[in-house]
Amino acid sequence: MNHQDPTMLGINTARFNLMFFEECGEHLAEMERILVSLDNGEPNDEQLDAIFRAAHSIKGGAGMFGFQDMILVTHILESLLDKMRNNEITFSPSMIDLFLEAGDVISMQLSGHRDGSEVRQEAVDLICSKLQLVIEGGGAAVASESACLPAEVLHGNIVTDCSAPSADTTVHRYELTFAPDPDIFKRGVRLENLLADLEELGMLTVHAQVNVPSDFSTFDPEECITSWRLCLETSASVADIRDIFIFVADADQLQVLDVTDGTSATGQTAEYEETAPFGFQTEEDSLAPAPSADHPGIVTTGRRAYDKNETTPAAYGRRAGDAESSIRVGVTKVDQLINQVGELVITQLMLAQTAAELDPVLYEHLHRSLLQLERNTRDLQQSVMSMRLVPISIVFSRFPRLVRELAAKLGKQVELKTIGDTTELDKGLIEKITDPLTHLVRNCMDHGLETPEARIAAGKKSGGTITLRASQLGGRIVIDVIDDGAGLNRDKILRKAAERGIPASDSMSDEDVWHLIFSPGFSTADAVTDISGRGVGMDVVLRNVQSINGKVDISSEPGKGTRITISLPLTLAILDGLSVAVGKEKFIIPLNSIIESLQPTVENLKTVNGENVVNIRGDYLPIIPLYELFNMDSLVKEPEKGVLILVDADGEKAAVLVDALLDEHQVVIKSMETNYRKVDGTAGATILGDGRVALILDVNSLLQMRKQNIAYS
Amino acid sequence: MQTGREITDGSGTRTVSEYLTFTLGKEEYGIDILKVQEIRGYDAVTHIANAPEFIKGVVNLRGVIVPIVDMRIKFKLGEPTYNEFTVVIIMNVLERIIGMVVDGVSDVVALSPEQIRAAPEMGSSMDTDYITGLGTLNDQMLILVDIERLMSSEEMQVMEQAA
Repeated sequence: MNHQDPTMLGINTARFNLMFFEECGEHLAEMERILVSLDNGEPNDEQLDAIFRAAHSIKGGAGMFGFQDMILVTHILESLLDKMRNNEITFSPSMIDLFLEAGDVISMQLSGHRDGSEVRQEAVDLICSKLQLVIEGGGAAVASESACLPAEVLHGNIVTDCSAPSADTTVHRYELTFAPDPDIFKRGVRLENLLADLEELGMLTVHAQVNVPSDFSTFDPEECITSWRLCLETSASVADIRDIFIFVADADQLQVLDVTDGTSATGQTAEYEETAPFGFQTEEDSLAPAPSADHPGIVTTGRRAYDKNETTPAAYGRRAGDAESSIRVGVTKVDQLINQVGELVITQLMLAQTAAELDPVLYEHLHRSLLQLERNTRDLQQSVMSMRLVPISIVFSRFPRLVRELAAKLGKQVELKTIGDTTELDKGLIEKITDPLTHLVRNCMDHGLETPEARIAAGKKSGGTITLRASQLGGRIVIDVIDDGAGLNRDKILRKAAERGIPASDSMSDEDVWHLIFSPGFSTADAVTDISGRGVGMDVVLRNVQSINGKVDISSEPGKGTRITISLPLTLAILDGLSVAVGKEKFIIPLNSIIESLQPTVENLKTVNGENVVNIRGDYLPIIPLYELFNMDSLVKEPEKGVLILVDADGEKAAVLVDALLDEHQVVIKSMETNYRKVDGTAGATILGDGRVALILDVNSLLQMRKQNIAYS
Repeated sequence: MQTGREITDGSGTRTVSEYLTFTLGKEEYGIDILKVQEIRGYDAVTHIANAPEFIKGVVNLRGVIVPIVDMRIKFKLGEPTYNEFTVVIIMNVLERIIGMVVDGVSDVVALSPEQIRAAPEMGSSMDTDYITGLGTLNDQMLILVDIERLMSSEEMQVMEQAA
């Protein structure tokens, strides 16, 4: 397949490389999904075929782009899988781990090519030798020690017939009959490449037979009306020949007949069928008798057949014929579209504001049209926003393998349930939520769930359950990580907190105690394992979730289990905010950091060291005058004349003093760093309905600024 | 319209560069025309908290948030006034979009190398490395500015410094 050197083509292959990387990633994920779903059981033919196709497609792609190292690994993997399909090697559960490992190595090589990350050659060599050993051992137990790799494998000299049962060097003479689908050209199949591949195997003679159409008026020039009779003298096996046709011909479209001396030498690779007449065929169906399972001579017929309607991504060359359900679009293009629609919404708002000043009776038509415009823009915005949404199953699908491996490592029995896989959220969020979720699941398995013995002693069934549940609640996405383990231990947490010098008291509510585990450096694990317990983790989880405007809640019941709830905004691009006025400027305060707003009375206002504080139901909260922090003119300097907005930043509360409350908005977040730099106290900017820019406040950073200001003064 | 940076004149060997000229107070300045994206009026600037005085704030330029600097304040050239004649030059500098308030935009001129003299050593407190030369055109002196160097200088505080 590697007869087209990409560099020879003189075109920029980066774009195609990217496509290969993406496809390859998908194939690997598919492979992993199937392997994990086997759960140590034996794969059925369909699953085995699917894994094989994935490996084969990766190899094909890697060959096209000249990634020799990937070809090497996938080739050996493919050979092994092929032998399994032919029942030459019997399945053993340890192979699943071996295949998973091979998948990891390929994935490492992939990222090596894509991101230039380091590829550990010893891991590559190890997996190659392991796979090779299984192939040679004919399915004997997977050897754990590394063996010396056959030289030809190491040097990239892959023997083409290594999938043949025994390297057979005698030259065979094959007669091939190939009658493709009429739409083969429409699928983009290049027959000349196919023939060139065949020619590489040996001496090839080709006879084409054209089915002359009876009626030229209905003749479609793009249809293939030709069938081929090929004569090939080669030492390659039937399997090798069929390999070449794998994506081109269904089993019934290709016949391979070993005509060496008229009979087969090996008896295994040849197929004996009634000698199909090589003459002209009018009906395609008569070309190949339906393969029947009880016919001993045609064991290999149809071994790579697949359903015509199957839309596997591996079957390229057949793709165009199938109705495509999705297209690949770069995220930047989508973002650009979102930006433009955002602009449209602002323009529409400006129009609406202008029109509101016009007489509704005189300008009835205008008002009605504007209403229509508003509806349309909203619909458009929603559709565009939904383009960035992807199902959470992308994240959830990582966990079966993680749980499987960890369970084995920890000696626990764990069942993983996922609910709400189709819940959609922003792609940007998906990327940011993966790590925290992984951490939570690891924690559940390590600390949450007990060992089977402990569970039975506690009167529970020996296997624990971890449930991942995603759902949409109003404008937020809620993800629960639930285990039915021992639950959090209040006394233990309080004791650990005291040891680590984290402020805590016995009188704290359960909820506050649970939140202690988010403190930096906190760990209740008795022993530090390589899975968790180092005390870096939960605080990072909290920080990561908060960085995307999310919240984390814990509820736990001793003996029953723990539930950790992450709630996230639907999208990163839009924020619910309250607009406030200070002097001539407007600011947006994110709604999720606001507790309440109030107008204080003089009696509630006190000073501590000259700093204003406000008494809210017994709590004294510091007042942050925004005008002072931002050095700007303000109409209101005295707290009792303005509005106080109570905000919560990581549990720390404060009251922000502003002139007035204006409105509640959904705003599109824009970065200040694109053309300027980060501004202290803000999380970005947005464009208001009147076309002006308003800064979005970051409550955490405001509190930091205030502390610094006090420290300086 | 001439947009090419290098224009060959009659002999075909010498190169000239084109500059957009503008006034700041009484001084005449020139910047590389290719750095200029557009010229617009001055309005609706949102003030940025705790920014230096010469950074007037940010504006919405068709959905893009663009900072506006006023070089009259930075260079201490006359009393800055803002009215309907105040002009903002929107520039593409180091892949960023920045607006610069000026008193007025005059012309686009082509200068050949012999029309450009080296800038004298000022020895002033301010870093003047951004002045690439002084151009002479009809008895007028043009201060030619390397706008990328100026805007990326630490003093301007327009961009996040690497350190």
